Amino acid sequence: MSLSRRSVLARIAAAAMAGPVGLEAAQHVHEAAAAAATTAGGLYKPKALTQHEFDTLKMLCETIVPGASKGSAAEFIDLLSSQNPEMAQIYTGGIAWLDDEMRRQYQSDFLAAKPEQRTEMLDKIAYRKNRTAELAPGIRFFDWARRMTVDAYYTSAAGIKEVGYKGNRGTKEFKVPQEAIDYAVKRSPFA
Amino acid sequence: MFQITRSAPVYDVVIIGSGAGGGTVTKVLTDLGINVALLEAGPMLNPAKDFKEHMWPYQVPHRGAMDGGASYFGHGRAFGFFSAHAGGWQLDGEPYTVAEGSKFNWFRSRIVGGRTNHYGRISLRYADYDLKPYTRDGIGTDWPISYEDIAPYYDKTEAFIGVTGSKEGIRSAPDGVFQKCPPPRVHEVLIKKAADKLGIPCIPNRLAVITQDTNGRPACHYCGQCGRGCIPASNYSSSQVQVFPAMKTGKVTLITDAMARELITNSEGKVTAVSYIDKNTRTEKQIKCRTVVVAASCCESTRLLLNSKGPGHENGLANSSGTVGKYLTDNTGFSLGARIPALEGMPRHDSDGMGGAHLYMPWWLWDKKTDFPRGYHVELGGGYGMPGIGSFAGVCAQHEGYGDSLKKAIYEDFGTHVGFSGRGEMIPNKDTYCEIDPDVVDKYGIPVLKFHFKWTDAEYKQVEHMEKTFTDIIETMGGTVVKRDRPVESKISVGGDIIHEVGAIRMGNDPKVAPLNKYCQANDVKNLFVADAAPFVSNPDKNPTLTIVALAWRTADYLAEEMRKGNV
Repeated sequence: MSLSRRSVLARIAAAAMAGPVGLEAAQHVHEAAAAAATTAGGLYKPKALTQHEFDTLKMLCETIVPGASKGSAAEFIDLLSSQNPEMAQIYTGGIAWLDDEMRRQYQSDFLAAKPEQRTEMLDKIAYRKNRTAELAPGIRFFDWARRMTVDAYYTSAAGIKEVGYKGNRGTKEFKVPQEAIDYAVKRSPFA
Repeated sequence: MFQITRSAPVYDVVIIGSGAGGGTVTKVLTDLGINVALLEAGPMLNPAKDFKEHMWPYQVPHRGAMDGGASYFGHGRAFGFFSAHAGGWQLDGEPYTVAEGSKFNWFRSRIVGGRTNHYGRISLRYADYDLKPYTRDGIGTDWPISYEDIAPYYDKTEAFIGVTGSKEGIRSAPDGVFQKCPPPRVHEVLIKKAADKLGIPCIPNRLAVITQDTNGRPACHYCGQCGRGCIPASNYSSSQVQVFPAMKTGKVTLITDAMARELITNSEGKVTAVSYIDKNTRTEKQIKCRTVVVAASCCESTRLLLNSKGPGHENGLANSSGTVGKYLTDNTGFSLGARIPALEGMPRHDSDGMGGAHLYMPWWLWDKKTDFPRGYHVELGGGYGMPGIGSFAGVCAQHEGYGDSLKKAIYEDFGTHVGFSGRGEMIPNKDTYCEIDPDVVDKYGIPVLKFHFKWTDAEYKQVEHMEKTFTDIIETMGGTVVKRDRPVESKISVGGDIIHEVGAIRMGNDPKVAPLNKYCQANDVKNLFVADAAPFVSNPDKNPTLTIVALAWRTADYLAEEMRKGNV
C-alpha cells in the first residue's frame, strides 16, 4: 500500500469515526491522491504494452468513451495486463488484429488512418450483428475494450460525477427528495 | 526475579468460533463474570485498517477488479474487492469435497467476527409456526422449543444489537424491539405500490443497523456500505459489538489463527481439552477446559465433532444418534430484476441509506394453499449504487456501439433497475448431508467435509412461485421481464450459495435422534454445547443470524446456570 493511500485511508477512517463525511471534502482528498499518483512519474510509461500498442489503445478508449483519458482507461488496462498474461494477450492480440485489418482495408494502421476510416472499422466491430468469420476476433476484442473502458471511466472521479452518483457521504438523517418521488410516481402506472 | 512455573491453565469455558454464536456466548458469559478462552481460526480484525468503508474505486489502481483484473475472469474475492469478509467459497489449503451428482458451495470467513463482518444484516424472527413445522403440515420435525421460549431472547438480542423495523402484527413476521427504519427510496415506493395492488405486504425492513445511538455506538450515517464493514460499528458484527467490548473486561483470552482440530475427552466422556493447530507455526496445541462451546459455524462445528473420535464414540463425539451431519439445509434463492421506465430521468439524489433495502416482503400466503410447503420472503434491490467494475456491463451488452450514444445510454440507465431476491425454506431430505471425506485432509492434516446436496420438488415449486411473483410485481410497476425458458434446476441457487446453512447437529427431545437437548447441550457429553446454526431443526424463510444470536444467548444463560449449580 502506498503511503499516500495509507494516509487517505487514515483520513477516511478518522472522518468515519468523527461522523458524517462531506462529499466535497472526501472527493477532494480522493482526487488529490489520485492526481498525485498518476502524475508522480510524469508521462505514463506502459508496463505491458509497447508504446505503439498503448497509443492505439488510448485512442480506441477515447473513441469508445469520449473523456476516457480523464479516467485513465488505457493506463488501467495496461496495468492489469502487466499482471495477467491472459489479459495482455487479449489486448496485444486485439490491437494487432485491428492494425492488420486496417492495413488490409486502408493501407494504414489504426493510429495513422483517417478518422472516417477508423469510424468505418469501429462501426463494424462495435456490434454483434456484424459478426462474420473475419470480423469475429475484432468484435470480441471490441467488447472487452468497451467493457473495460466504461469501467475505468465510470469508476474515476470524472465518470462518477458525470453519471450523477451523489452518495458515499455521511448524513445525519436519510431523506428522499419529494420531487424525485413525485417524478417517478407521475410516470408510473400508479399515477 | 523468580520464575514461577505453572501448569497449563484450565479455562472454565472454551468457545470455538467468534461469529454470531461465539461472539454472543463470549459477551453473555463475560457479562456474568465468567472467564473464557475464545478460539478463532482466522486473524484479529482491525476495522479501521481492514474495512474499506467510504473508499472510492479510483483509490485503488485496479478499481476493484483486483490484480490482473481477476473479476473479469470470474476470479477474485466473492462479493467484490470492497467486501468486509476475510474468506470465500474456496480457501487456500482448506478444501472440501462435493459428492458426484451434487453441487454445494461453502462460504467460510476466517477472521474475528467471521461472516458477521460482511453479512446482509437482515434480522427476522422465526414465527411461532416455524418452530412447529411437523405439527403444522406433517413434514419435517418440530423444534423442542416454542416461540415463547425464544421470544425473550429475541427481545434481548434486538435491544442489544439494534434492529430496525415497525410493528405490523403479521403472524409470519413477529414484531420485535425495533428502532426506526429510514424511509423507502423512490424505487421502493414504487415497489410498495405494486405490492399493495397485488395484496403482498411490503413493510419497513428489519436490519441489524442502529438508527439511534445505542450502547456507545453512533447511529447509522447512511452511506449504504454495511457490506464493507462499518468502522464506527453502526451495524451489528460480533467482532465490534460483542467480542471487542467483552475483551475490555479482561475476561477473554482470545487465541487467533487457531484451527480447532479435535475435542479431547476423558474416561467419563467429558471434554477436557481442545486440540487446535496454531496456523502460524503449524503445530498442534491443546487448551484445557471445563466446558466447551462449539460455534464454528454449522458445517465447521459438524466437522469438528465428526473428527473427534475415541473409544465409545468411534463415529464422532456427541453422535450416538448417528445424525451429526444429517438434516443439513440452506435457504432457497432466486433473483429477478428489470428496468423500470418510471425511474428514467429522475432527478439524481443520494439513495445510499442503510446497507440494504428499506422495505421487505414477509411471506404472505402462510394461511393459504400453495402447491409447495412453507414459504419465502422477498428482499429488494435498486437505487443509485456507487459505480463499480461491471456496473454498466448490462448497458454495454445491450446498447453496444460507442461514443456519445453509449455514454447517454449509461447515463439514462443508471439507477433505473430494481431487483427481487426470494429466500425460502428448504425441507431437510435424506440426500442432503455432510460427512468426513475419508480420502482428503487439509493442509493442517485435518480430514475435510464432503457435501451431498439435493433440492426437491418442494423447493423447485417454491422457486417457480418466486419467479411468477417477481414478474407480477415488475409488470405492475410498468417494467418488462425478458422471458427466458430454462429448467428450474438452473433457476434455483446452488446449495450453500445463500450462506444460510443450518441443521446437521440438531436439538430435540429424543436423544436417539437428536444430538443436542433443548438447550443445545450435547446429550452424550454434558459439558459440550453448540451455539451456531447447527442445532436448528428446520430452516424457515428467514435469515438465520438473529436466531443464532438469540439461541446462543439462551444457551449461554443455561450454561452459566449449570456451572453455578455445579452440574457441568
